[in-house]
Amino acid sequence: MNSTDLTHSTVSDIVIAAKDLTRIFTRRIGTGRARTKEVVTAVSQLNLTVAAGESVGYIGANGAGKSTTIKMLTGILLPTSGTVQVCGFEPVRERTALARHIGVVFGQRSQLWWDLPLRESFEILSTIHRLSPGDAATRMQELRDQLELEDLLDTPVRQLSLGQRMRGEVAAALLHRPRIIILDEPTIGLDVVSKERLRQFLLHERAEHGTTLMLTTHDMGDIERLCDRVVVVDQGSVVHDGTLNALASLVNTQRVMVVDLVQPCAPMNDIPHARLTDCDPTGVRQSFTFSPADTTAAAVLAAVSARAQVRDLTIEEPSIESIVRTLYEGQRSNPTSTP
Amino acid sequence: MSRNLLVAWQLMRSGFRRHSAYRAAAVAGALTNTVFGAIKASITLGALASAGGHIAGYDSRSAMTYVWLTQALIAPVNLFYWNEIGERVRSGDIAIDLARPVNTQIAYLFTDLGRAAFEILPRGLPPLLIGAVTTGIHVPNDPVVWGVGLLSILLGICVSYACRFLINLTSFWLLETRGVQTLYLVASNIFCGLLIPVHWFPPSLQTLAHATPFPSILQTPVDVLSGRYTGGAVAAALLTQTLWFIGMMFAGHVLMRRGRRVLVVQGG
Repeated sequence: MNSTDLTHSTVSDIVIAAKDLTRIFTRRIGTGRARTKEVVTAVSQLNLTVAAGESVGYIGANGAGKSTTIKMLTGILLPTSGTVQVCGFEPVRERTALARHIGVVFGQRSQLWWDLPLRESFEILSTIHRLSPGDAATRMQELRDQLELEDLLDTPVRQLSLGQRMRGEVAAALLHRPRIIILDEPTIGLDVVSKERLRQFLLHERAEHGTTLMLTTHDMGDIERLCDRVVVVDQGSVVHDGTLNALASLVNTQRVMVVDLVQPCAPMNDIPHARLTDCDPTGVRQSFTFSPADTTAAAVLAAVSARAQVRDLTIEEPSIESIVRTLYEGQRSNPTSTP
Repeated sequence: MSRNLLVAWQLMRSGFRRHSAYRAAAVAGALTNTVFGAIKASITLGALASAGGHIAGYDSRSAMTYVWLTQALIAPVNLFYWNEIGERVRSGDIAIDLARPVNTQIAYLFTDLGRAAFEILPRGLPPLLIGAVTTGIHVPNDPVVWGVGLLSILLGICVSYACRFLINLTSFWLLETRGVQTLYLVASNIFCGLLIPVHWFPPSLQTLAHATPFPSILQTPVDVLSGRYTGGAVAAALLTQTLWFIGMMFAGHVLMRRGRRVLVVQGG
């Protein structure tokens, strides 16, 4: 390999390169003489590098600047300052060229043709992306098998359920085999089964094509299933960037299992790798806290069942919000500990 | 190049299919245009009679041709309220359009041509047929007139789209564009020659009308199709339409670039 090849491959291995990326919005408040301008910094000197094949969870509270970042990465919004390159393109200036290499799903918007059968959206999009008819047919077959779209193709988009439509949206975003797919809250509003189906598809797509993935979500399950790396933003800046495990070691990602027993029972202090954190006076309801790194919910349940008959149980997962809050609190009390 | 044509064709098809999904709406629209056509015909005939049978070169036959052709073309050249892109800016859905590998202004032009192609028959033919049966209309027997007439209609649709796109873009700055839209609707409906022919305007108002792109949307196609122009005048009319189209598209292009700089994608 000569030096030119080497340079080229190094450049193409970086899918996202953002440096000091900043976006400021000016909002006008009030009317007439009392009218004032408010300057909001949605994204502030953000630095982010994503290599090809990575899967990045981009999380933060509402208003942390996630969507603004994504819109700058996709060439929709113009950065106020800083530089950004995606797949080697400057997003706003080279928007249409970039659009051929990138797939975007906005969980709260639709890119499908509302009045037309789902099939026609795919036909229009494959033409817009200039796929050859043979290529489009192969890809479509692949997507319709994996996302189980077969029975939906002749239904107008407006008549699809949210879960069905999201499968269509994801297929639409991946039709042109983009190098990177950016998903802005893809699982919002979906039921457990639909969420799982979507996650499985995305895992498969990555394994098969090495597609780079970046997603924002409020669902910890999405992050745990799909992402190797987690970037947390607060007030427009990165406050954590590392592996999922590194995040887990920083903040509490513990689960709480609450069991209702058929008979009152003495507090169970001896469940392996789980702590008894709550027990009501009768001993019918007991809560166990455990870390998914040490044990599984099934093992905890088995240990409890060995001691008493279980009537019902619930498992509480930590919310993204609580994780983010813990991180922010750590940040603000000890600002030098930034990773 | 052939790929670009294919994209254009596919977008036109999408516009056509989207509107053909609502056939009952087309029937209702055609009925409305026909009823209003009948009212307009009786008022126009009354005006002609009180003026002694002729106004600015129109006799009853050419005036009736004008009435029914304008009614037939209202829907294809879209003289109604249209705020699809403005609404997308307001809701933030414009983000979807900007994430596609196509020029937004051109893409919507072809979608609009597809819409017009659907509307031209179901919404254009009924008023023409009713007009031909009730008051009589002039039907050109020269295929050249048909050819240049159809070209002029196509240009009228293009000019109309370019103007509507421009008005929609004010949404980048205003978000709430109903005021601008209403003003546009009133101005365009008067100056395009929908209510009375532009040729009936007093001279100063005619000059004002021709300083706007609006006559190119409706009055010109109607004049060309009804054979009012011949020879060089036809070429001049088509050229005027083309220039308005290019000018308005260019203005829309510039405004789109400016707009993207102030774009705030609404609704997260």
